[in-house]
Amino acid sequence: MTTTDRPTAPKTAFWNDPVKRGLALQAGLVLFVVVVVWAAFNNMSANMLARGLTFGWDYLGRQANFAIGEGLISFAPTDTYGRAIVVGLLNTLRIAVVGIVLATLLGVAVGVMRLSSNPLLARIVAGYVEVVRNTPLLLQLFLWYAIINALPGPRQALPVGPGMFLSNRGMKMPWVEWSPALWPAIWALVAGIVASVVVAKALKRRREATGDAPPVLPIAAGLILGLPFLALAAQGFPATLSVPVLQGFNFSGGVELSPEFVALLLGLVLYTAAFIAEIVRGGIVSVSKGQWEAANALGLPAPRIMRLVILPQALRVIIPPLTSQYLNLTKNSSLAVAIGYPDLVHVSNTTMNQTGRAVEVILVFAVVYLTISLVTSAFMNWYNGRVAIRER
Amino acid sequence: MNPPVAPATFTAFVASERLADLKPPASVRPSWPVALLRTYFGTPGNAVITLVCLGLLAWLLPLFLSWALFNATFVGTAAQCREAGGACWAFIGEKFWFSVFGLYPFEQRWRPATVLVIFAAMVALSTQRAFWRRELVYGWLGVLAVMWGLMGGSVLGIGIPGLEPVATRLWGGWLVTIFLSVFGLAMAYPIGIMLALGRRSKRPIVRALSVAWIEFIRGVPLISLLFIATFIVPLFMPQGVEIDRLIRAQIAFIVFAAAYMAEVFRGGLQAIPKGQFEGAASVGLNYAQTMRFIILPQALKITIPAQVNTFIGLFKDTTLVLIIGIFDFFTTLRSALGDSNWLGFATEAYLYAAFVYFIACYTMSRYSQRLESDLSPEKVR
Repeated sequence: MTTTDRPTAPKTAFWNDPVKRGLALQAGLVLFVVVVVWAAFNNMSANMLARGLTFGWDYLGRQANFAIGEGLISFAPTDTYGRAIVVGLLNTLRIAVVGIVLATLLGVAVGVMRLSSNPLLARIVAGYVEVVRNTPLLLQLFLWYAIINALPGPRQALPVGPGMFLSNRGMKMPWVEWSPALWPAIWALVAGIVASVVVAKALKRRREATGDAPPVLPIAAGLILGLPFLALAAQGFPATLSVPVLQGFNFSGGVELSPEFVALLLGLVLYTAAFIAEIVRGGIVSVSKGQWEAANALGLPAPRIMRLVILPQALRVIIPPLTSQYLNLTKNSSLAVAIGYPDLVHVSNTTMNQTGRAVEVILVFAVVYLTISLVTSAFMNWYNGRVAIRER
Repeated sequence: MNPPVAPATFTAFVASERLADLKPPASVRPSWPVALLRTYFGTPGNAVITLVCLGLLAWLLPLFLSWALFNATFVGTAAQCREAGGACWAFIGEKFWFSVFGLYPFEQRWRPATVLVIFAAMVALSTQRAFWRRELVYGWLGVLAVMWGLMGGSVLGIGIPGLEPVATRLWGGWLVTIFLSVFGLAMAYPIGIMLALGRRSKRPIVRALSVAWIEFIRGVPLISLLFIATFIVPLFMPQGVEIDRLIRAQIAFIVFAAAYMAEVFRGGLQAIPKGQFEGAASVGLNYAQTMRFIILPQALKITIPAQVNTFIGLFKDTTLVLIIGIFDFFTTLRSALGDSNWLGFATEAYLYAAFVYFIACYTMSRYSQRLESDLSPEKVR
């Protein structure tokens, strides 16, 4: 063993040692956060005691005593607050899912139309996009709600589509009447989806092995639509389509969408579609011209250039901002409280006013939105990972 | 030895006279009527699109114009409006100053008016890049303090002599919208930078706290933050301490804006090449110096367009304070709808509000586009 008599490094003061300094900084930060949170909770318990409030979840089991205009599951004033919140959550999910589907369809259509070679169409569409993107959503919701309330009554309802009527009572549209005889068709639908995935994989393998390009989409569409149709046909079409018919002063039959739902849906879809349109346009423009020219040179027909060359590349640019638009739509659906659609926030607001449990109620809906946001972005990140460039 | 090869005979074709000029290809420079026709009716599909668009315009435009212009009442009473049947712009004229100043005491209106003038002058100044220097930031801080003092009649609880105090619940209209968005941005900016730096920090606790803040705020709707500010924050305060309602909403808004600005700044930080950090380290700069002199100036500059876009979103989101009953421009206007002399002119009011917001946002977005091309000329195609 030898002792080194090399000069040791000059001893640094501990505040100049980056490691120790980092630890001290973080310890200080933790201490600060703990003190602030502790003080806040201390004050809160003192304040709640002074105001005669208690913290607890017992209110969820108590009778709500208020009615909810619409919902996917039944609700009566004798039901509990807990059930009311579930009704509100389902209403939020209903508007979010329908809104996302419609906004995507409209947004893609508008984005493509804005790239049209016809200047008239491109200008009109650009005008829509600019006006909608540059005004507040809340304002648009109120405007739609005012317009729907100003519509004529059911007897002079506006026909807006086959069997669809818009009036100041909302929208009436045809709907399949539910019966247990529909189960085979639903199973056939599921089977069709599974079968088309299997077939698509097999065809892809064949394409990669032999270069044949069998028509995947028509086969999948045939399976997904055809199997339920066969299932229904085998039973002699047990389901009946309930179509709204004017009887007396109102429609009977069909399904009714409340004015609040229609106004909220219209507002959210038109608003979000304008943003999606810009994202889609940006994505398509971002694919360089050389890709079009190269695909043309290979002799691919235009639809397949779009599907096989342009879209896969554009999607990489489109997916991440599209995710945040979906999340925005979901979060913006909370503006329902302003026009009275009973979504999660609206129901929570009523609950809060009746029970005074502000902390618990706000905690519930904040956590629900946070969960929806995190789950959606996790799913979209997974999907984005699939379409992202694979570095080799 | 091979016999010499006889020279091959060539038959050459040489033009002996000039050929007639060819016409240029038909695709080059058609006359303008042809070009117009081709643009709008070139293919059957295109013709259908044009006809549908023209049909829509021919159907909707007269309807709208007759309502908004020909049958509209610009000056008059509610009764005259109802008689004319068209839009009632007289209602907007009647309520215009109310929508600007809200319930602010009438004889004190010179104060918000002065604030508006100062604010407009500062904005005009700030759009000029010649004035983009450190003094502008200090100028803004001073102007914000003056604006606040002039409106409320006191700064930090100390009354200003000669100015009558005006409680914030009497503030309203454009002024509150401007305060919420401008103060929101001014405070969110530094906090957003800190959060963005925190999210990129090597220190796990700093990073975790920054990520938690950003993801929580961005994961919940703004309404929940406004609810928290209205109903829960008062519970967090020591007994006897009360924060003004407007200020609570303002704080919620700052917290919200900071999280979104932080993500914008993070994008900028990530775009700075590694060589910049290494270069700064090699000349012996420490972390704070590296950030202040090398990284942040570049990161902030390249994100200016994104900052403006985020600000436009935040500006539109200020309307949400309606839900907690704060009288910003839109809430003030909606409260004017309740005037029993002027019932039933909601559409006019909403269109006026939409017009004001559109002008503000569209100007900002055009400005940001111009700035983008000015700041990075290499990207312009």
